[in-house]
Amino acid sequence: MGNLSDSSIKEIKKIAEKYPTTESALLPALYIAQREKGWLAKETMDDIADVLELPKVRVYGVATFYTMYYKKPMGKYVIQVCTNVSCMITGGEEIYEHLIKVFGIKSGETTGDGLFSLLEVECLGNCGNAPVMQINEDFYENLTIKVVDEIIAKLKK
Amino acid sequence: MTEAVLLSRVELKNSHTLKVYEENEGYQPLKKVLGKVEPGVIIDDIKESGLRGRGGAGFPAGVKWGFIDKDSPKTKYLACNADEGEPGTFKDRLLMMEDPHQLIEGIIISSYAIGVETAFIYIRGEYHKEADILDAAIAEAYKGGYLGKNIQGTGYDLELILHRGAGSYVCGDETALMESIEGHRGNPRLKPPFPAVVGLYGGPTVINNVETLSAIPFIISKGAEAYSAIGTEKSAGTKLFCVSGNVNNPGVYELPLGFPMKKLIYEVCGGMKEGRKLKGVIPGGSSTPILLPDEIEDLELAYESATPGGFMLGSGAVIVIDDRWCMVKIAARLAKFYAHESCGQCTPCREGTTWTYKILKRIEAGGGQEGDPELLLDIQDNMFGKTLCPLGDAAAMPIIAIVEKFRDEFDQHIKEARCPY
Ligand SMILES: Cc1cc2nc3c(=O)[nH]c(=O)nc-3n(C[C@H](O)[C@H](O)[C@H](O)COP(=O)(O)O)c2cc1C
Ligand code: SF4
Ligand code: FES
Repeated sequence: MGNLSDSSIKEIKKIAEKYPTTESALLPALYIAQREKGWLAKETMDDIADVLELPKVRVYGVATFYTMYYKKPMGKYVIQVCTNVSCMITGGEEIYEHLIKVFGIKSGETTGDGLFSLLEVECLGNCGNAPVMQINEDFYENLTIKVVDEIIAKLKK
Repeated sequence: MTEAVLLSRVELKNSHTLKVYEENEGYQPLKKVLGKVEPGVIIDDIKESGLRGRGGAGFPAGVKWGFIDKDSPKTKYLACNADEGEPGTFKDRLLMMEDPHQLIEGIIISSYAIGVETAFIYIRGEYHKEADILDAAIAEAYKGGYLGKNIQGTGYDLELILHRGAGSYVCGDETALMESIEGHRGNPRLKPPFPAVVGLYGGPTVINNVETLSAIPFIISKGAEAYSAIGTEKSAGTKLFCVSGNVNNPGVYELPLGFPMKKLIYEVCGGMKEGRKLKGVIPGGSSTPILLPDEIEDLELAYESATPGGFMLGSGAVIVIDDRWCMVKIAARLAKFYAHESCGQCTPCREGTTWTYKILKRIEAGGGQEGDPELLLDIQDNMFGKTLCPLGDAAAMPIIAIVEKFRDEFDQHIKEARCPY
């Protein structure tokens, strides 16, 4: 082992005890690992397989099914822009296209300085405040291009 | 105005805390029934109240609970569906952020009635703050003796586990949700067996939506009759409507079922933004067929309401679209969503959603060909009712409705070889 920290391993084992089966802790375990490492490298997933005593392919299979588990390194700020219908008809698509231009990257890519990753995402369940985006764990609501520019400028500092 | 059933506390300061909840009748219903009223009597009460599932299908909650064999030797489970993935839907979020204890109390009473000692809340991964609030509320409930061993000295035990999803719409389907809790990919299971017979960890399982379970404390406290007195004969109670899109005041509104759609848009939500013209309304989340302005003229928001255009109440997510928007573009965006979210297990859905998206994208980009609308309908027909889980139907229904109701827009795209918008 030696990849995942002892405290993460301890946390995973503790969570596994709450569930009726150990393998139920797989999704929470992937989150714990991702929080520590920023993304899920193969070695990280192998560690999880060891801790939960699961076949490695089981862990890869689950990690690849869910979009919120990152299979490659991400920027310091992960920007998820919703372009589903409620956001689209209130300006979400322009915001997404604006960010493509500003950063010069496509969905799923990260800026050269490692600061920003851009993701076009499906409905974030916050359509009453459309258009919305999420940066890491925070919602940004009722966006305009001007507001988005201000947010990005602040994060760059 | 009808009495608020679900949102009676949300305006209070610190409404998410145990203290405020207890000061405002919170956990009184639980104390009224736990260890005092027979579980079967509670199930009968919920049946009588007429409460129907708020996750989309509107199945009577008490009837669902009644499917659980109370004498089964297997461990029973309850899962609260907080996946809130249907585009346009954002009501459960409000309930979880502003009144998490109401939901927790609903879960405890329901679990007691069904004979469950381990319950789950499955919350979508993107709800970070929401999960933190719920986590804190669950911890408070444990500390306050409402969860854990020997709840309020009644001898009843209940563990409540918050399980976070990780970005997958199909996990909102009850069988995929169970797979996800068990630590698997979210591939829906074939039914039957139904969850009530073989569910989580092989045990009998009830899955209910956040809004459904949040209504339980009111019904227990005020009585089934007080609840069924609200709404229509077949659609009891209040419903949270989440309105988004091109209206002046989008948001979540609690209204009695049977409330007129037009009044919701033009009075409650302040009408169309910038005085624009209404083009269409998606009435109950992205899977429900779009309605034309004249189809909502006398439409009442109730499960039994029927319009020639095919009304579905769904999750209560009303998406209001004004006349600036191209319907081919909207159809393409919906198709993209379903193509992205199909789990790929069955061919009609996997192929059908991908193909539909490709064709719509092509028409929107000016490459439409004669016969494309027919082809689109044909593909939907090959999907509808022919897939393992209801996602196939959910993907087909909105496309059928848009192609049929806005056929002239498709023809114009094809004829002019461009998007006229
Ligand atoms: C693809 C798909 C997605 C679904 N998403 C949700 C959801 O996000 N929330 C929800 O409560 N129900 C969702 N459902 C419905 C659930 O399968 C289930 O019927 C519901 O949670 C039952 O609760 P209720 O009876 O209280 O409505 C979804 C169904 C399908 C097929
Ligand atoms: S209908 Fe679609 S989402 Fe449902 S099981 Fe089949 S492929 Fe998966
Ligand atoms: S459509 Fe963007 S949050 Fe729902």
